Amino acid sequence: MTESLLEITDLAVDYRTGRRTWTPAVDGVSLHVDPGEFVSLVGESGSGKTTLIQGALGLLPVAARIRSGTVAYSGVDVTGFNDRRMALVRGTYVGFVPQDPNTSLNPVRRVGAQVQEAVPEKKREAALESLRLAGLEDVERVFRSYPHELSGGMKQRALIAIALAGQPKIIVADEPTSALDVTVQKRILDHLVSLRETLGIGILLVTHDLGVAQDRSDRILVMNKGRIVDEDHEYTRRLFAANPARQPAREPRPAGGRVVLRATGLTKEYGTLRALDGVDLAVREGTTHAVVGESGAGKSTLAGILAGFAKPGAGTVHVGDRELTGLNRKQLREVRRDLQYVFQNPFTSLDPRFTVRRLIAEPLRAYQLPAGDRVTELLAAVSLDESFLDRLPAQLSGGQRQRVAIARALALRPKILVLDEAVSALDVSVQDQILKLLTRLQDERGLSYVFVTHDLGVVRLVADDVTVMKDGAVVENGPAACVLRDPEHDYTRHLLDAIPGVKL
Amino acid sequence: MTGVARYTALKVGRALFVVWAAFTVTFVLLFVLPADPVDLLFDPAELNAIPPEVKEQVAANYGFNEPVILQYLNRLGHALTGDFGSSVQSGKPVTGAILEVLPSTLVLASAALVLATLIAFGIALAATATRRTWLRDLLESLPSGAVSVPVFLSGILVLQVFSFQLGWFPAFGDQGWRSLVLPLITLAIPVAGPIAQLLVRSFTTEFAAGYVTTGWAKGGTRGGIIVRDVLRNASLPALTIAGVTFGNLIAGSVITETVFARRGLGRMTQTAINTLDVPLVAGIVVLVAATFAVINLIVDLIYPLLDPRLRASLTAGVAP
Repeated sequence: MTESLLEITDLAVDYRTGRRTWTPAVDGVSLHVDPGEFVSLVGESGSGKTTLIQGALGLLPVAARIRSGTVAYSGVDVTGFNDRRMALVRGTYVGFVPQDPNTSLNPVRRVGAQVQEAVPEKKREAALESLRLAGLEDVERVFRSYPHELSGGMKQRALIAIALAGQPKIIVADEPTSALDVTVQKRILDHLVSLRETLGIGILLVTHDLGVAQDRSDRILVMNKGRIVDEDHEYTRRLFAANPARQPAREPRPAGGRVVLRATGLTKEYGTLRALDGVDLAVREGTTHAVVGESGAGKSTLAGILAGFAKPGAGTVHVGDRELTGLNRKQLREVRRDLQYVFQNPFTSLDPRFTVRRLIAEPLRAYQLPAGDRVTELLAAVSLDESFLDRLPAQLSGGQRQRVAIARALALRPKILVLDEAVSALDVSVQDQILKLLTRLQDERGLSYVFVTHDLGVVRLVADDVTVMKDGAVVENGPAACVLRDPEHDYTRHLLDAIPGVKL
Repeated sequence: MTGVARYTALKVGRALFVVWAAFTVTFVLLFVLPADPVDLLFDPAELNAIPPEVKEQVAANYGFNEPVILQYLNRLGHALTGDFGSSVQSGKPVTGAILEVLPSTLVLASAALVLATLIAFGIALAATATRRTWLRDLLESLPSGAVSVPVFLSGILVLQVFSFQLGWFPAFGDQGWRSLVLPLITLAIPVAGPIAQLLVRSFTTEFAAGYVTTGWAKGGTRGGIIVRDVLRNASLPALTIAGVTFGNLIAGSVITETVFARRGLGRMTQTAINTLDVPLVAGIVVLVAATFAVINLIVDLIYPLLDPRLRASLTAGVAP
């Protein structure tokens, strides 16, 4: 029998929550990864998956302790190893690919030096070879570059190169692609799979995205509340059901209808960079218009101009009959009542010192409107009860925060909401709930949405129309059902191919 | 114009503006606002005994009876050539008098800055490197302690122990390096406080950064990660504060030089203010502003060398 590369037995990790009180984060988890195996560990935020990985790598924060259980690499029990001994294990037995490539490389040092450091004997040739192995081309240039000179995908490959540099037997990757575009995600994950085949190493992929796990894994482990739950468990089924690829598409609605928001020939330049290049867009009343594209496509620039936060270089935006682009500050303020914005990150878009009550009442105060029962009414509209009124954002989960942000956007009874990646920072099941909430609010209130996203999988669930963007220009637009079923442009097809979890 | 040239021009322009503004504010405060600037030139006790003709004569000598704007332009013109007039007390040219004592203060201030920075880095590195919570808490409380000790108190304390009791260093004077030690320590300690506070905080922040996790995963050790990865990132903000602190050091030297009876700009400032030597005060203010501006200019110009991201935004022509 071959020995497992990583064997975790009955591991329990606690966090200190008081002087003598400890709260379990991981509670009796056992798992193993064998040579050449690709195992996925799926769980939502708060499920304890990151703590488990930190425990396995000996990187637990000071406030955490291992209560019981063991971690063994190739049969060697490393539980209780101190930093110095653990340093010999990390890199050589186990390589680690972190979550966010944008913060995981030292910004003031060249990439090459950072890879070279991880190579045995610190040889330059070996570092270049490692970069090549991670699937990078033009490795000499990458070697000399600083992290900010590389794209997100290239940075993640450099980090994979670092993980591979010590020729480890197993690679642990913690959400390695959640900060990347779907097409890049696909390439990176495919590369990890190929590494498993060529090098015979084991891979433990940690992800919140079941779709990602389903496409490639030999085994999937689902984690919930610090434990691994089995396939028939109610939670597992719920998680599978929340996968966008498993959801029914939005019922198509009749074409036509009045246009409430229209952009014509928008351009915007930042220095020499053309962020928008003649973009047209029309949003019909009571419908959702999705704007899809990868990072750098100009979606956020477009959303900012539509909401009146930025002025276009050329072109016009009409809200109803009013032209937004020529308005002065005061007139713009009036239009803002009809046109509200929901930001991507609910962790930064809410003032941490405001209570939920104050946050939702803020737009009303700004327009000197009486709050009255409006706040509780809005809270009810986003399915939160009154017990939330006096809580602070820090006491809310990501999904609850985004609900508060939506309630705030609805406070002035707007007709149009611009949703800028409003569900991208959320877990799949929470994302599913928020999307349902948005659809219900739309039906009840006749709202029109501009839904900016990088995720075509989500578009299918909410959009009536879709505009696909690339490098600041519109590649393709039309009714969502037609574009998704029968894309005309290669780029759209390319994006569709990259959606995880559809192969089932 | 390239980004680098524009950045440099912008920073140099800002430095020049600071010096000009200091000159103008000093002019307004010392020559325009007092009801009669001539009065400032005499000892208040004897003021009433001085006959009006003499005052007239002095006012004419100093150009006080000309229109304010002409006085201003005249003084500005002279100042540009390095001429700030003559000291009322000694009669010597202001520029010469300042330049005579300046080296002694600059040596003291620069050495104090170096020492303060070393102390601050020592505290921050030790606090980050240690795994013992109590030691880290202790080290992290040192900076606020250092800030709270007034210079005159720590000065006298240091004198008492190292000079009067132990007799290791002379109590005052400015002969030889031994006389520099005590004033240096006195001056450096309070200045080390804010730098250390900032460094401890930025070391803590940087130590939680993603690239540190990558460092651990590579098989790095705590010391190695701190030295190779954290140090440079965490030092960047300290550079700015070190530049600003240099101004404090010159201000701090007023007390230090008085306590230790050293010759220098600080003591000269104190004397000039006590004796209402207006031209000398004006000269000192402008000179200190100029020193301050130059130091900050150097800091601004060093920044892009240390941070490749800033360098990139400069060459790309995007405003930082």
